[in-house]
Amino acid sequence: MEPFVTQTGRVVPLRRSNVDTDQIIPAVYLRRVSRSGFEDGLFVSWRQDPDFVLNRPERAGATILVAGPDFGIGSSREHAVWALQNYGFTVVVSPRFADIFRSNSLKGGLLTVELPAEQVEQIWAATEADPTLEVTVDLAAREVRWADVAVPFDLDDYSRWRLMEGLDDIGLTLRHEPDITEFESSRPSFLPRTTSVS
Amino acid sequence: MGRTLAEKVWDAHVVRRADGEPDLLYIDLHLVHEVTSPQAFDGLRAAGRPVRRTDLTIATEDHNIPTIEVDKPIADPVSREQIATLRRNCAEFGVRLHPLGDVEQGIVHVVGPQLGLTQPGMTVVCGDSHTSTHGAFGALAFGMGTSEVEHVLATQTLPLKPFKTMAVTVDGRLPEGVTAKDLILAVIAQIGTGGGQGYVLEYRGEAIRALSMEGRMTICNMSIEAGARAGMIAPDETTFAFLSGRPYAPQGSDWDDAVAWWRTLATDDDAVFDHEVVVDATTLTPFVTWGTNPGQGAPIASTVPDPTSYTDPMDRAAAQRALDYMGLRAGMPLRDIAVDTVFLGSCTNGRLEDLRAAAGVLEGRHVAGSVRMLVVPGSVRVRLAAEAEGLDRVFIAAGAEWRGAGCSMCLGMNADQLAPGERSASTSNRNFEGRQGKGGRTHLVSPQVAAATAVLGHLASPADLVSQES
Repeated sequence: MEPFVTQTGRVVPLRRSNVDTDQIIPAVYLRRVSRSGFEDGLFVSWRQDPDFVLNRPERAGATILVAGPDFGIGSSREHAVWALQNYGFTVVVSPRFADIFRSNSLKGGLLTVELPAEQVEQIWAATEADPTLEVTVDLAAREVRWADVAVPFDLDDYSRWRLMEGLDDIGLTLRHEPDITEFESSRPSFLPRTTSVS
Repeated sequence: MGRTLAEKVWDAHVVRRADGEPDLLYIDLHLVHEVTSPQAFDGLRAAGRPVRRTDLTIATEDHNIPTIEVDKPIADPVSREQIATLRRNCAEFGVRLHPLGDVEQGIVHVVGPQLGLTQPGMTVVCGDSHTSTHGAFGALAFGMGTSEVEHVLATQTLPLKPFKTMAVTVDGRLPEGVTAKDLILAVIAQIGTGGGQGYVLEYRGEAIRALSMEGRMTICNMSIEAGARAGMIAPDETTFAFLSGRPYAPQGSDWDDAVAWWRTLATDDDAVFDHEVVVDATTLTPFVTWGTNPGQGAPIASTVPDPTSYTDPMDRAAAQRALDYMGLRAGMPLRDIAVDTVFLGSCTNGRLEDLRAAAGVLEGRHVAGSVRMLVVPGSVRVRLAAEAEGLDRVFIAAGAEWRGAGCSMCLGMNADQLAPGERSASTSNRNFEGRQGKGGRTHLVSPQVAAATAVLGHLASPADLVSQES
């Protein structure tokens, strides 16, 4: 995973709540067995509308998606994270994220930033007034900055450290392999095993 | 201080706890399917890692398989390759697989419980958000993404921060004709799609205790639709009776040991939940959705809401968008909504009890000429059991299609899809835009409402059938 420290880029304002992962990437795109090339399915249904914000020429090359509350609800498909990343997004900002989407994002190096609805509204208004507006998401300082505004955001120390170091979770867990082995030695015998057909 | 059910199961699985880090949680059962696993197996291969516990892992094919002509090669080459990839990966890594054509094949959340692999007090995970289904047994069960699938394959653990706990207490009994599906749709409408975010829901109270295991699975299944990664119900005699004699349930003295532990899992009287929601079961009626998220629902006897009645501007905009997409106008009676497709199935309502309930409504009646009805059992075992009771003949005589087992039109990944503009009454779990096919419109309903709707051609409950026929 690429380390994430800070990102400065232009914004796509997505004024919608409850953006579910079926909208981010519909199921028909999930037949693929790769983890790249999903950008063609990103918001594919909404992109049929030429006026959809992602289709606006001034939004091309933007790297920060700013959406309404309850972003990423629904299916656990990590393809939603890959589709956003494949398209070029490195940060999603929303007043509230669905748990699984948020977890998938942070595992995969897509930074999810929770800001209060009022601040999301401020960013929307600012980028709609000036689409060239650049926003900086500074993970080291846990701060979002634009124009002369700077607002803090929360992210737990552990997730922040992992993202800034670009660390692989599995590698971290396997450092504690002896703990896993010890735990396994004390599991009750009545627990089922899938390989022992009775 | 006492602990909740969720806290007891969590505490029993902590491998490692350190300040400033997530807990490392041991996973007792990992369910695998074709859609969220290929990239995880690729990751293992690239790192040269084995599957740590193949004996705690089981795979089935469900999301992307056909439900007709299942004995023929899959027509779509991309889907065929995805299935072939799962088979190769399971063979290479030594994971037990129930492929299409196998008698144990079916939707992963139907297969686990019917084999008796899902048991109280376990941690159960799957790369699928409806893993919450297994919480009906008092297991801590939740969905995850592909990175976490790979993590569990490699380590049999997950690093996780503890969830908060929320009690959903359902007092009183459900009235006659009101089902678990109506109850959970009403709960989601009450707390919203984000209301459970960060929580494990524990469903309790008289109405929950009175439910069968099938009904409890329907409830826990849709916890994710309220934003909660997991939902749980404390195990009781109903749970033990369901498990007894299942192929993977403990036997002999192991059974006694297991039951003794299972009995200790219930939330302590002095435990404190972080939040509590109370629902009065006695006031509930059949419930359906009108919008494009599962929280946008209402009693079937009511009308499509007016977006201007919402005070929150975001909710108002979402309701207006939903009405535009769904092609509905504010104030129209929900019963006036005509459908052209009825889907009976899914991990929410694809079990034997659900098929029985729908067949009970359809018996001696016929699906309206304007309606196509698909009946898709949750597993091959469910299909066989239904056929043994003659339910297939009821469905076929009523003019419905009797299909093979799988996820099918719940997510519209295989060929079972709505065409643009088509409208369904569906016993599944999500009414998102395009969920069942691009441009398709979905109303979430119970199996009984699905059957009555199929007969009348518009949203209807079984009571409407009786009144029309008398």
